[in-house]
Amino acid sequence: MRKVAVLGMGHSQFCFNSPRTQVELMSEVALDAITSSNLIAKDIEAAFIGNCLGTIAEGQATIQQFAVNDMGCLNIPALRYEGACASGTIAVREAFMHVAAGHYDVVLVAGVEKATALGTPLATRCFSMAGDSRYEYPSGYTFPAAFALLAHLYASHYNIPLPKLKEQMAAVSVQSHFYGNKNPLAQLRFEITAEDVLNSFMVSTPIQLHDCCPFTDGAAAVVLASEEVAKKIYSKPCWITGVGLATSGQLSSQYRYLPRLRARELSVEKAYKMAGIGPQDVDVCELHDCFSIASLIASESLGFFEFGTAGEAWLKGETKVDGKIPINISGGLKSKGHPIGATGVSQLYHICKQLRNEMVDLGLQVEGARTGLVDTLGGDGCLCHLVVQR
Amino acid sequence: MDYKLPFKEYNRALRKSRLLGLRCNSCGAITCPPKMSCQECTGLDLEVTELSGKGSIVTYTTSFGAPQGRENELPYTIVIVQLDEGPWIMGNLIDMETDKITFDIIGRRVKMGSRVYPGDVYSAGASARPVFSFDDQI
Repeated sequence: MRKVAVLGMGHSQFCFNSPRTQVELMSEVALDAITSSNLIAKDIEAAFIGNCLGTIAEGQATIQQFAVNDMGCLNIPALRYEGACASGTIAVREAFMHVAAGHYDVVLVAGVEKATALGTPLATRCFSMAGDSRYEYPSGYTFPAAFALLAHLYASHYNIPLPKLKEQMAAVSVQSHFYGNKNPLAQLRFEITAEDVLNSFMVSTPIQLHDCCPFTDGAAAVVLASEEVAKKIYSKPCWITGVGLATSGQLSSQYRYLPRLRARELSVEKAYKMAGIGPQDVDVCELHDCFSIASLIASESLGFFEFGTAGEAWLKGETKVDGKIPINISGGLKSKGHPIGATGVSQLYHICKQLRNEMVDLGLQVEGARTGLVDTLGGDGCLCHLVVQR
Repeated sequence: MDYKLPFKEYNRALRKSRLLGLRCNSCGAITCPPKMSCQECTGLDLEVTELSGKGSIVTYTTSFGAPQGRENELPYTIVIVQLDEGPWIMGNLIDMETDKITFDIIGRRVKMGSRVYPGDVYSAGASARPVFSFDDQI
């Protein structure tokens, strides 16, 4: 298997109500990624596109066809990946495998979403399509509800009093906004307090508005290349050294493991093993904090903390930029935003910025970061991981 | 290979508040809601069995935000129930005012009835859903 490098990257402003179409959003970030790789559109051999709800948000299926021909990558093979909120990460993994296998030397990965075009009620309906449509959606199952069910289960399983867990969850959101406020690409650039979280609208007990990430419009792109190409044209490549992907059935069928998500543990184990590392080697992590409780559940399964103890780690500052394991220093999904098809590519973008020491001016640099981890969750059982090293 | 307990058949029974599951002749585990294969051992030698619909609440949430078209149901409470036969299933808790529901309902015994979600433009028709009421005295 060949080494696979991340070259140039592009990232749009994450926002509400983007004035751009999905194709326009993607073309802009793709050309940023291509030109900063010292390439032109004609050099791209294939494109791997993450997009989930474009068919409903804009009535546009096969967006990959329109996007690559819009940006000047004429007639190339283009594929769209849909794994709900993990669509972008899955597209990266697929692109990685094609380059690693020697099938292509230079490919584009881009993700896009325009979720705010749906409006909150329809967006809530569409996001819930990533739960089981026949056996769980009839009960009114939504994603806030999914993580609310997990939050109560977490409190009960680890015997943590609910007010204590709420305080820990609030600390996650407070930290994300503290860093997101410094990230010019973030959608929600303001700081919040624990009090703000606990006074916000109750969405689905015990999840309040400030436990939730927003709906977001945005796009991100990266160019992946073989080692041979990377060494010729690019001075600061990062290397994807491990990938993982695993799935589970509907939430209730995961009863042997909940509140842990078994697919996450299987996927990250695969990624760690491929890279020849363990959680202790990770210097910086971008994980899937769609809801505050999701960060606690994720960080434990990634191997950073003992089960049931992650909330205390956030309260103690162990996840800060200078902490034991810096997590979501970009602001995470909570503050940076969550355009679901683009999210995984955005996570990879921010990890590479860390590994290239390019977050110094923003006051967000993890000193000496050499190894990063991307964790993305799609639906209630599609988990994807990337280990990235410099 | 035929699907032993398709949605249509499961749903028809659930509309009458009868809960069907699958018993695995290889490992004895019960799968509910139905799947092609046993959710424990992936065995395919399954037979349809009627379940009690009784169990205990393992987790819950009361939602104040709804998907498009379901605003009139708000607020509503979703529970996951561990059935006496083993599996966990999702449904709604119906016999308690949502503002009285607290963490203490975890562990309470419940019994199952059903209601119908009429469906929307995305749902390919209606689906019955389990609804639970308390089956114990406090």
